[in-house]
Amino acid sequence: MSNVVRAEAAGTRIEAGQLPATARKPRGGWGWRGTPYVFLAVPLVLLVVFTYLPVVNMFWYSLTSWDGLDKTKEFVGLDNYVAVFTRPELFRVFYVSLYYFAASFVQMALALYFATILSFSTRFRNLFKGILFFPYLINGVAIALIFVFFFKPDGTLDSILALFGAENLQQQWLGNPDINNISLASTSVWRYMGLNFVLFLGAIQSIPGQLYEAAELDGASRFQQFRYIIAPSIKPIIGLSFILAISGSLAVFEIPFIMTGGANGTATFVIQTVDMAFESLKVGLGSAMAVILLVIVLVVTWVQRKVVPEEKVNLT
Amino acid sequence: MSYVAKTAKYATLVLACLVTLLPISVIVMASLKTNQEFFTTGPFDAPGNWFNLENYVTAFTRGKMVQGFANTAFILLFSVAGTILIGTMAAYAIDRFEFRLKKTVIALFLLATLVPGVTTQVATFQIVNNLGLYNTRWAAIALFMGTDIVSIYIFVQFLRGIPKELDEAATLDGANHLTIYRRIILPLLKPAIATVVIIKGIAVYNEFYTPFLYMPGRDLGVISTSLFRFKGPFGGQWEVIAAGVIIVLIPTLLAFLALQKYIYNGFTSGATK
Repeated sequence: MSNVVRAEAAGTRIEAGQLPATARKPRGGWGWRGTPYVFLAVPLVLLVVFTYLPVVNMFWYSLTSWDGLDKTKEFVGLDNYVAVFTRPELFRVFYVSLYYFAASFVQMALALYFATILSFSTRFRNLFKGILFFPYLINGVAIALIFVFFFKPDGTLDSILALFGAENLQQQWLGNPDINNISLASTSVWRYMGLNFVLFLGAIQSIPGQLYEAAELDGASRFQQFRYIIAPSIKPIIGLSFILAISGSLAVFEIPFIMTGGANGTATFVIQTVDMAFESLKVGLGSAMAVILLVIVLVVTWVQRKVVPEEKVNLT
Repeated sequence: MSYVAKTAKYATLVLACLVTLLPISVIVMASLKTNQEFFTTGPFDAPGNWFNLENYVTAFTRGKMVQGFANTAFILLFSVAGTILIGTMAAYAIDRFEFRLKKTVIALFLLATLVPGVTTQVATFQIVNNLGLYNTRWAAIALFMGTDIVSIYIFVQFLRGIPKELDEAATLDGANHLTIYRRIILPLLKPAIATVVIIKGIAVYNEFYTPFLYMPGRDLGVISTSLFRFKGPFGGQWEVIAAGVIIVLIPTLLAFLALQKYIYNGFTSGATK
């Protein structure tokens, strides 16, 4: 995808002759070895302070029973980890993320469907594209409130059901523990489908048009075109979306936090970690949960990179 | 395409648009109703007066939305400017120099993309606290600047397309590295900077978690946290909450309509980091 950017770069032609007039005699030589480090100093300091230091500290906290305030941190070994895996109420959050994980498949399927049909000539194409993508840009708090209104008793959904004479289906969409996670996961689909859709659409549109023409001459049906031309070329982006789906479904926070506050069995991993560390002042236990989450995400990413061959994820 | 297939295609598209727009439309209608009207009508009943902006006034004044916009603007300005400065500098060093620790530095940045920010907040919180940034706007600014590897990636990608001969010619003319960075690299990176401004701007505008955790002060509310705080005092006044939602949504809609093409490009180049 980044070839979009690269293509633009190639288009920016600058003659080597037109150099800034201010360039004068050589000062600080080309050869000084410290130069790159001068440019990297601030980025590296920020990277270490806000990414690596927290990771290291978190491992350390997870082995203590620290409350976040005390001067001393008491070492308790693996007690916190044992607690996470043996206390069902703590482990339950993994089960909740399965709802979001399942929802992300619905999300990808919908995105793939709309990306495919909109890649062929369609009237009002840009309008449809814009409407389907727009939710992704909306503020998460706004989305959560929109859907509290949508699901509340006598709210939008209940009114739609009434409109079709299906009052018997009305219920506590966010209160009933049997379905509230489905309501929340659907909200998540509504919010994030647009991004998948635009990514898929971009990948499909980078396929040269002649391929379709050739396929049509050979008498390939729309489905065959999808199966043999579109599907293979969007495989990498689907792999990427899959990985984002896993880490995304473990890191769900805003939607359940704002819509239900994690009540009635809707607490997710992040809600519980935040609750543990900042409300119940169990920084040690909260850290252990965070470490587990981090390890899962790293393992999943590693597996994905093994399974889906690397394309262009390199900085060099 | 057959007639049936065509009908099915447009039917699903229209249905998807309905599903997208309906939840928002009812909020627009609710925001224009009076409190009494809200309780006596259903979500699909049109408001009596389409120009009743009273709830918007309430949301702006009592809901501290003005302050929210001001704080968001402040944070946005500093964190976007900082991200660009840091990102371009890092990209310049990584793409244009050979140095001994280059591989290590690149690995550090790459590895960091794998660590989801939400997982480490427990410990990040302590660092922010020790730096004395807790409950200041600088907490959010520092965090937004410090962990943005996607923009570094976008800059590196773009820089690769800019011929190195430009730098070399400038060196022959006597320019030093700072001059090259400022006079050649920065101006040429403009399209990439625009991309980063857009995706970073949207991300900062929408961020809830960081300001919620690090800036609990009453007068430090940003757009997201101000709107979140509507839930308490306006709990029974859905028409005011609805107005707040629309107030937050309008800048996003305007930005989207004005910058559509760039937004699509920005997200496709940013997401496939």
